[in-house]
Amino acid sequence: MSDALPIEVTSPTPLLELRGISKEFPGVKALDDVSFAVYPGEVHMLLGENGAGKSSLMKVLCGAYRADAGEFYYNGERVAISSTADAQKLGIAVIFQEFSLVPYLDIAQNIFLGREPKGRIPGTIDRRRILADAKRVLETIGFDIDPATTVDKLGVAQQQMVEIAKAISQNARILVMDEPTAALSDRETELLFALIARLKADGVAIVYISHRMAEVFALGDRITVLRDGRRIDGVRPADVTPDQLVRMMVGRNVDMTYPRHFAHKPGELLLEVKNLSAPTGISDINIEVRRGEIVGLCGLVGSGRSEVARAIFGADPVTSGEIIFDGKSISGEPDLAARRGIALIPESRKSEGLALLRSVSDNLVVSALKKLFPSGLFDQRSAQRTADGLIRQLRIATPSARQTVGLLSGGNQQKVVIGKWLAAGSKLFIFDEPTRGIDIGAKSEIFALIDRLVAEGAAALMISSEQVEICHVCDRAYVMREGRIAGHLARNELTEENIVRLGMHHA
Amino acid sequence: MTDITKGAIAPPRSFLSQDAVQLFYRLLAAFLICAVLAVLSDSFLSLGNILNVLRQASLTFFIASGLTLVVLTAGLDLSVGANVALSACLAGTVIHKTGSPALGILTGLACGGIVGLINGVMVTALRIPSFIATYGMLWVLNGLTYWYMAGETLHGFPAGFRQIGSGYLFGLPIPVYLLLVFLGIGTFFAQRTVWGQEIYAIGANPVAARLSGIPVARRLLLVYAVSGTMAGLASIIFLSRLNSAEADIGESLTLPAIAAVLIGGTSLFGGVGTVFGTFIGALILTLVLNGMNLLAVSANWQPLVTGVIVILAVWLDMKTRRRAQ
Repeated sequence: MSDALPIEVTSPTPLLELRGISKEFPGVKALDDVSFAVYPGEVHMLLGENGAGKSSLMKVLCGAYRADAGEFYYNGERVAISSTADAQKLGIAVIFQEFSLVPYLDIAQNIFLGREPKGRIPGTIDRRRILADAKRVLETIGFDIDPATTVDKLGVAQQQMVEIAKAISQNARILVMDEPTAALSDRETELLFALIARLKADGVAIVYISHRMAEVFALGDRITVLRDGRRIDGVRPADVTPDQLVRMMVGRNVDMTYPRHFAHKPGELLLEVKNLSAPTGISDINIEVRRGEIVGLCGLVGSGRSEVARAIFGADPVTSGEIIFDGKSISGEPDLAARRGIALIPESRKSEGLALLRSVSDNLVVSALKKLFPSGLFDQRSAQRTADGLIRQLRIATPSARQTVGLLSGGNQQKVVIGKWLAAGSKLFIFDEPTRGIDIGAKSEIFALIDRLVAEGAAALMISSEQVEICHVCDRAYVMREGRIAGHLARNELTEENIVRLGMHHA
Repeated sequence: MTDITKGAIAPPRSFLSQDAVQLFYRLLAAFLICAVLAVLSDSFLSLGNILNVLRQASLTFFIASGLTLVVLTAGLDLSVGANVALSACLAGTVIHKTGSPALGILTGLACGGIVGLINGVMVTALRIPSFIATYGMLWVLNGLTYWYMAGETLHGFPAGFRQIGSGYLFGLPIPVYLLLVFLGIGTFFAQRTVWGQEIYAIGANPVAARLSGIPVARRLLLVYAVSGTMAGLASIIFLSRLNSAEADIGESLTLPAIAAVLIGGTSLFGGVGTVFGTFIGALILTLVLNGMNLLAVSANWQPLVTGVIVILAVWLDMKTRRRAQ
């Protein structure tokens, strides 16, 4: 580990330097003595798993969080960043993943929101000037569009451009971008990279957070790796390999192939879906899942995968068809499905899987209340014991079972959602994008968990947009297209090419 | 499998639960108010006055305790006061007609419970937001009660029945015993039963609760039925205490009950709060009003003071909760 600043920088003094920044939340040290510097005209990549401290560092930079300890230097002079206004004065602008644009205002109004040029009559806005000013800003970033277009008509990439234009119009010298390509197409990504090159040439310093190795090496001038709130290392792209970076992020070697530890022996038929149609847009769905196997459900986003999962679980109404679980026909609300032994691990765990303000313990026992307390009398201590057991079994990283679940990292939150169904003793686990927003280490842990569940006689139906995951983890898979099952792939046919081929729309 | 520890985790601290901390502050506030009143007024600490405060607080508490469960599910029941009025008038009529207090009590509880159940059906089956469903119900009940009573007043009930609201047992008013009983039942139900836990889970995130296998609609029905039944119970105690019933007796009951729930620390967003907190809320509300009476402050100031206390209590709660997160 080298704590010395990297060699041969473009400018002798960093534009912004952070020294020994620490930030603590109850139970979690989000940032621990982090030092970090950006030089004008460079792209500084910030790498780390979820929960490594990237977001916290970004929030400290833009003044949303106040650091508990540490110093800031701007062009070598000591400064304070204790509010967003401070950060703005220093020319620090952050492009978050969720944009802060007002959808019903036009581009020009959004760029100059709160700083509109005043008209001659007091209280009015000089409409002509705001459009002209906006046009000029858009030109400097090479974005050719009418500034009078309302933002709700723009795509994600264009909205991102407006955000950048807004930052530039505020004379931003340091631009922090949080996974800016996450929602962009290849073509849009190219345009963004061209813009970044232009900003670099103008001497803007860019802090770039990314999970994509390719862009780390394509764009980065320097790389800082964070792990567990600490700065692990600062390196140059030329000096490292992707594998080395992953090791730095994870702190150990990660096997990217999700190996199986158990042999799966498909047993009796557990779930049988016959000609299922639902008003949510799925029709004539036929699926079979046996005990002891992991069945994939793939296809493009919007092809009806989640709708199938929700229909099986009783979360959405069904128009026709039959769902037979464990030999008996089933229809009704989720409480019936849950009682019979079906578990749904929903796509958005924060809004559908967890009560974020409640404790880890409360969330872990919520589906098992009837099973744990058949008399109907609840006992907090016994609930906590069950929770402690699951926390150990699933290696949920939490200071205690009483910790608020919203404070855990994504991977640990996902383990809590899975844990509540383990407590309930479910037989069929339906996973809807189980690894979304989860870092590499937790991913392989979750797959190992699914693997073991199935080896012990449970069954899994797994939805994923990551075809690699489906190919590695599943015994076989159904591919959906436009609300229907487009095909079935046995283990030996399960390749990314086959999934894509079946899932594609044929014009 | 390899071990993963995300984020530097501090050692587990033994801390009081958020609920316990907030209850502690509320008890402290109640004691402070008592201390101030004891200094300012000679008559505050008299046995008669203290019993009076407890009896007053119990009336607010009966309505507010059922309401607490509704608010825990992130709902609201605005019909409780109107429900008390209709239940009291029907119960009074039955007692007059049959001479049987037992039948009257049953009528009051049943009327309250049925109204609550209808509220529950509107919220669950018809998916009308509880605020609107129960607001409409308020008008419907008022209309029914005014039509039924046609301006009449019922009064004069058997002495045995009147004991419920105004009698004493071992020197304590009977409503105070009822208060303790229902405080116990309410707290037990919320904290120590599976249904209670499910109600907290529904309030914290109704979507996640449903997808976790909780029968959300059935629990909501229960909660609104309980709220209505508690209004029915309150109607009996009112009837017995006032020895009369009129169509308008419910009009000044709903807002103080909501105030007690909020002062007691139950969040309107659901999932947070306790029945015991609501008791303290009712107590604080009654203490302040009682103190103002004793200090001969004009009754015109009472709504203003109630409003300020509600706002202060909720603001302090939000502040402490934000800090906790």
